[in-house]
Amino acid sequence: MDVLDLARWQFAITTVYHFFFVPITIGLSAIVAWYHSRWIRTRDESHLRMAKFLGKLFTINFALGLVTGIVQEFQFGMNWSTYSRFVGDIFGAPLALEALLAFFLESTFLGLWIFGWGRIPERLHAACMWIVHIGTLLSAYFILAANSFMQHPVGYRINPETGRAEMADFVAILTNEVQLVAFPHVITACYLVGGALVLAVGLHKLRQTVTKGGPDTDRRMYRHAARLGAVVVLVSGLGVAISGDLQGKVMTEVQPMKMAAAEALYDTPPEGQCAPFSVLTVAGLGGEDPTHVIEIPCLLSFLGTGSFDGEVRGIADLEADYRASFGDDELTQADTYVPPIAMTYWNFRLMMATGFFAMAVGAWVLWATRKDRVPMQRWVFPIIVLTPLATVLGHSFGWIFTEVGRQPWVVFGEMATHTAVSPSVGASDVWTSMIVFTLLYGGLAVVEVRLLLSYIRAGAEPFEQPRLVEDDEPLEFAY
Amino acid sequence: MDLITIWFVLLAVLWTGYLVTEGFDFGVGMLLPVLDKGGEQQETRRRTMLTTIGPHWDGNEVWLLTAGGATFAAFPHWYATMFSGMYLALLLLLVTLILRNMGLEYRHKRHDREWVRRWDLAIVAGSYIAPFVVGVALTNLVAGLPMTEHTMGSTAYTEFDGTMLSLFTPVAVLGGLTVVAACLTHGAHFLALKTDGPIRQQARSVATRGGLVTAVLAVALFVWLGAQRGTAVSWVVSGVAAVALLAAIAANAKGREGWAFVGTSVTIGLTVVSYFVMLAPNAINGRGDSPDLTLEAAASSPMTLEIMTWAAVVFTPIMIGYTVWTYWVFRRRLRVEHMPEHEPAGAGAH
Repeated sequence: MDVLDLARWQFAITTVYHFFFVPITIGLSAIVAWYHSRWIRTRDESHLRMAKFLGKLFTINFALGLVTGIVQEFQFGMNWSTYSRFVGDIFGAPLALEALLAFFLESTFLGLWIFGWGRIPERLHAACMWIVHIGTLLSAYFILAANSFMQHPVGYRINPETGRAEMADFVAILTNEVQLVAFPHVITACYLVGGALVLAVGLHKLRQTVTKGGPDTDRRMYRHAARLGAVVVLVSGLGVAISGDLQGKVMTEVQPMKMAAAEALYDTPPEGQCAPFSVLTVAGLGGEDPTHVIEIPCLLSFLGTGSFDGEVRGIADLEADYRASFGDDELTQADTYVPPIAMTYWNFRLMMATGFFAMAVGAWVLWATRKDRVPMQRWVFPIIVLTPLATVLGHSFGWIFTEVGRQPWVVFGEMATHTAVSPSVGASDVWTSMIVFTLLYGGLAVVEVRLLLSYIRAGAEPFEQPRLVEDDEPLEFAY
Repeated sequence: MDLITIWFVLLAVLWTGYLVTEGFDFGVGMLLPVLDKGGEQQETRRRTMLTTIGPHWDGNEVWLLTAGGATFAAFPHWYATMFSGMYLALLLLLVTLILRNMGLEYRHKRHDREWVRRWDLAIVAGSYIAPFVVGVALTNLVAGLPMTEHTMGSTAYTEFDGTMLSLFTPVAVLGGLTVVAACLTHGAHFLALKTDGPIRQQARSVATRGGLVTAVLAVALFVWLGAQRGTAVSWVVSGVAAVALLAAIAANAKGREGWAFVGTSVTIGLTVVSYFVMLAPNAINGRGDSPDLTLEAAASSPMTLEIMTWAAVVFTPIMIGYTVWTYWVFRRRLRVEHMPEHEPAGAGAH
């Protein structure tokens, strides 16, 4: 593999790995904050216990999200220095603002929340977790604005003197139409992950208290968590579907090739005919007489344009277009303007399938736990394990789809990916860092999962009346 | 001041913020196996030390991320050249920071000895290696890196042209060691200020010895680097930094722990300032006959710089405000007696 392939693999590994933790951080911080505030409102002891219990799971996860984020920020300069030079004027600003506005907020107030038991007034203490959550949202906004620029560059001009992109309108960059649909889509999907995790943990612990005969309060507490998680999954799942639908329309408009690749639609349907959507295809993704197992007529037209007879252009058509407009510039020429079709086709479907699966589980949990019932069947356990996993993987599928579907561009229409790598970095350097990071990431993932499982096994601690710690007393919490 | 100068100054502020704040938590990490002696409470002493930095270290590290992001935004060519040029050194920094962070976050999450011992190793090793790499990297920017000319469109810029080994020159290694010694002393001052009982006494005595070692290394570094790159202003600034260090040593000897901590903060801050004075008007000095990367060539467009300036003017004071408040909330001195008993194994505290 050459430096380009290696740098791409490393970017993919780092991003996908980083994104295992981010949605949990965003989704779970909101649920922890909600439980903490509910305790103050209602004085229901189980709410405080849940806030502390889920808070522990949150901090275990937060640590890994943070450290993988550092690698994410640094690798633009390390592996993609030509890209950084070309768009640094625009791309750097949201990154710097993300650190200044969001990262400080998240880490400082998380420190206050973790160590603040008995030290700060309780309302302020609960507010700390809400502030952490706001920090995660701000962070997501800025990084998605940067990513949306890569998908659909706006608010810039190319300076012929310096040969690079320069900022022309920062507000336009922050309100990029791609950004306005991507942000709600990603955020609701993060709540989906948080909800699925709480649903799974709650249901699992609920079943345990029934089997092992735990106290009635525990039973009520975990049942509440399972149902709360289910509601979050259903509501946010609806948000994911709606925002995803809007995003599909914007995407068809600004990146028609991505939509065509998502369906493996090679030929533009003839005038007056609509484009179908295939749920499954067993062969022929290469364009030669595809075998669609299930095909829904006109659905792709609807997904792409909002109208059942809207025009969706095919791959061959677009390829010819792009070749004509971009083929003779050093920065924009590429061997092909078609992204890897099988990757986009399957990731698009897997992304949607995981979301619908989680929503189905959410609805089922609400039904199965009605009137104090507990689903005790054997087959429920795999569902408990699979649901949060599916939602996290759903994010990965979505990111792989959106990033692979953008190829061969690093910045759509302005810079091809193969021109963006660092010229001074050798393949052995990238090999070294990729091997080191992959091993490190693998090891840390094992540690994190085992730690999470042992904390889930231990369950929520018994209720303890919060108290203010006097100066010579032991702390409520210390390392 | 023009926008490029403002951003150069702001980067100096960010590096100062990083080394002054994370400097003391690095120091605390270095001192874990040093200040846990002389009693039966070895583990409780370590926990006490780590708890002094517990609420702060995560936020301290964000200064590094902000410095990285701000370099990207304000001086893209600087960011690109530095990060791709110092590739393997940065890899080392990232790996040690990751392991150290995981150690700080995970060490107390289980109570079996093997687990705690392994994460302690990550914390201690990371606390020495990371500031060393930062010291080497920053010293290289000033002392000079091997560079070549490249063009992009019609502009020329410079690109790193060397290997991992070209970073480890004698003066850069001295820079790395000085940063390590300074962080150790700074951390000892912090512990003396934030603890009570035996740890406080031992921290003060370690601080005196650490301070003297730092003074010798720092003076050698200032003279060596100054001889190559010094200007009148940089000599004055590094002179004041040295005086602040001596004052810190004296304050610590007299038991004025707050002033000693202020002293090492000033030393570290002024060292960064003297580095930036020696760097201007370049972003990276070229080694020998290599071309320099000038700030002018490295900078973003005026519009980006202007937007970023407004953001920094509005949000930096807010950020500093709540950070200071955190230090106020956790202002009390800690003793080993303040450590809560561990909860049952597996459950742990947070």
